[in-house]
Amino acid sequence: MTEPLLRVRDLKTYFVTEQGSGTARAVDGVSFDVYPGETLGVVGESGCGKTVTSLSILRLIPEPPGHIRPGSFIEFEGRNLLTLAPKELRAVRGNRIAMIFQEPMTSLNPVFTVGRQIAEAAIVHQRLSRKAARARAIEMLTLVGIPDPGERVDHYPHQMSGGMRQRVMIAMALICHPQLLIADEPTTALDVTIQAQILELLDRLQRELGMAVMLITHDLGVVAGSADRVVVMYAGQVVEQAPTTELFARPLHPYTEGLLASVPRLDTRVSQVRGRLHSIPGQVPAATAWPAGCRFHPRCPYAWDRCAMEEPPLLDSAGGEAGTHTVRCWLLTEPQRRERHA
Amino acid sequence: MTHAPLVQVEGLVKRFPGERALFGLGRARRTVHAVDGVSFAIAAGQTLGLVGESGCGKSTVGRAILRLIEPDAGRITLGGADVVALRGRELRALRRLMQIVFQDPYGSLNPRMTVQQTLAEPLAIHRLATAADAKRRVTALLEEVGLDPAFGAAYPHELSGGQRQRVGIARALSVEPQFLVLDEPVSALDVSVQAQVLNLLADLQRKRRLTYLFIAHDLAVVKHIADDVAVMYLGKIVERAPATALYAGPRHPYTTSLLSAVPVPDPKAQRQRIVLEGEVPSPAAPPAGCPFNPRCPHPKKNDRCRTEPPALREVVPGRFAACHFAEQPM
Repeated sequence: MTEPLLRVRDLKTYFVTEQGSGTARAVDGVSFDVYPGETLGVVGESGCGKTVTSLSILRLIPEPPGHIRPGSFIEFEGRNLLTLAPKELRAVRGNRIAMIFQEPMTSLNPVFTVGRQIAEAAIVHQRLSRKAARARAIEMLTLVGIPDPGERVDHYPHQMSGGMRQRVMIAMALICHPQLLIADEPTTALDVTIQAQILELLDRLQRELGMAVMLITHDLGVVAGSADRVVVMYAGQVVEQAPTTELFARPLHPYTEGLLASVPRLDTRVSQVRGRLHSIPGQVPAATAWPAGCRFHPRCPYAWDRCAMEEPPLLDSAGGEAGTHTVRCWLLTEPQRRERHA
Repeated sequence: MTHAPLVQVEGLVKRFPGERALFGLGRARRTVHAVDGVSFAIAAGQTLGLVGESGCGKSTVGRAILRLIEPDAGRITLGGADVVALRGRELRALRRLMQIVFQDPYGSLNPRMTVQQTLAEPLAIHRLATAADAKRRVTALLEEVGLDPAFGAAYPHELSGGQRQRVGIARALSVEPQFLVLDEPVSALDVSVQAQVLNLLADLQRKRRLTYLFIAHDLAVVKHIADDVAVMYLGKIVERAPATALYAGPRHPYTTSLLSAVPVPDPKAQRQRIVLEGEVPSPAAPPAGCPFNPRCPHPKKNDRCRTEPPALREVVPGRFAACHFAEQPM
């Protein structure tokens, strides 16, 4: 198997909270790999730590109040990003690894033209002249499907729609041809027809440019359509990871199972869907007080005493190649409990 | 079974003046037709899902029905009473019967009021309960929406998004309305919590025989709750039908495209995703002819679509579509 492009090991990012209510363990021992050219979906609900994970990779966590704990390890192209000097780190950010965010309006600078913002990375990293960078910016606008790129390059963000602004963000992120694109909820703020356009655009650009994409989203539908592999996060941890088809066909963690069952679906008949939706009882606990034992046990329909006392490690599911489908759940050691429950 | 309509809307129009240039200088821009002749009826105890993308006018319809904004034209009745004609005390009395739940439960709750105060205020305004009685009613309301009565002492910032939305629903229910406008009530919530709130809304509807106008952009959510669905585009309803029929076989190419664009949580789903080109045109300058024509993927699209706006017409009994080719859907 090929070497991973990005290797995250035991990442712990904690925040000191203001009113002394303790330390928020937002990301608490997360490990995963991203391989060259693949799309890794990272799924979870608000507060599960998915965004903090992605910000930690680029060391964009404000310190204080946040800090990445010693012992965490993020290797990219053979180097530990967590120990890089600021200058070396800058050569990675926006160049080898780029990022796009959910809200394109707040991530674009309102007082500069979009062309200037797109060109900036090429001027800094590739030392292009202003004129050459502007030409590259126009090329990038063409690539991301913005009509009249020669004219649009001089527009300001407020003159563009949400979908257009997200295209500008993508152009900006990709101008240096990064090896890894981190896309944090890139379509969440967009209408469904525009979302379809952006997802298709990302698919096409990934194929053409051969980059890896880490797609962070709460939307299981988006993951199903775009990701090769999926990492499911809950309460600051990875609770399940598997190839996409495997995860949807055989979700093994009760949280993944519950999440999939809660999604209102279009691909079922109205007569089947009318009536109650499955829902996961309770709510996500606070990051300052994760439950003892398995963090999902207070909401889990299968939980027994062991779950409240002992935290499960990521266990290998029996099916498939070792390490491809791992699950943080004691049910894997006692599968008969799942059947008994059913 | 046929029900008498509780809510009837006919030819609803809402125009907003176009923006002027800086400091109000220069010529005013063209008027924006946010809602342009919308009609529908909702039977008592039923749910109409009103679907569309940002800027299509769906929220404006909801607010105009409640007279939170004044409609420019059209007729709105609630249980036979003319909503548009009423003024002052009579309007206030009617407002007790129609309430709204907003998308963002944080923005719509007063951060300086406890849950108890928030829920007791409408009771006092409508003189529905004495102070002592109010306390008891608030407790009952909290229990009804699945919250521990201890939450009465909490402020909004102490609640999670799902709990805040339950308070928003309790506030709407406090005056015992017949009709609720639910404006994207679950869009800001996480999936697992969204399911809880949708179930709650379904339970409340059954128990209190409520009538809902459920406004949403998410067709999958609407499928779970609506009896009938109306799809809006650029201020107009382009398709209206019973939910079963609409999801099984949409008649308008916009509905077809919207349905195909929704991501389905199944990696094996063999679906043909129709990716619409371009974006929704500005409602200040809608295209001539059919408003959807510049983006329409229908293979039969022709000159008539570019010149003659199609009327919303009954294609088969109970199913309405505004497309010249509604008989030959995509």
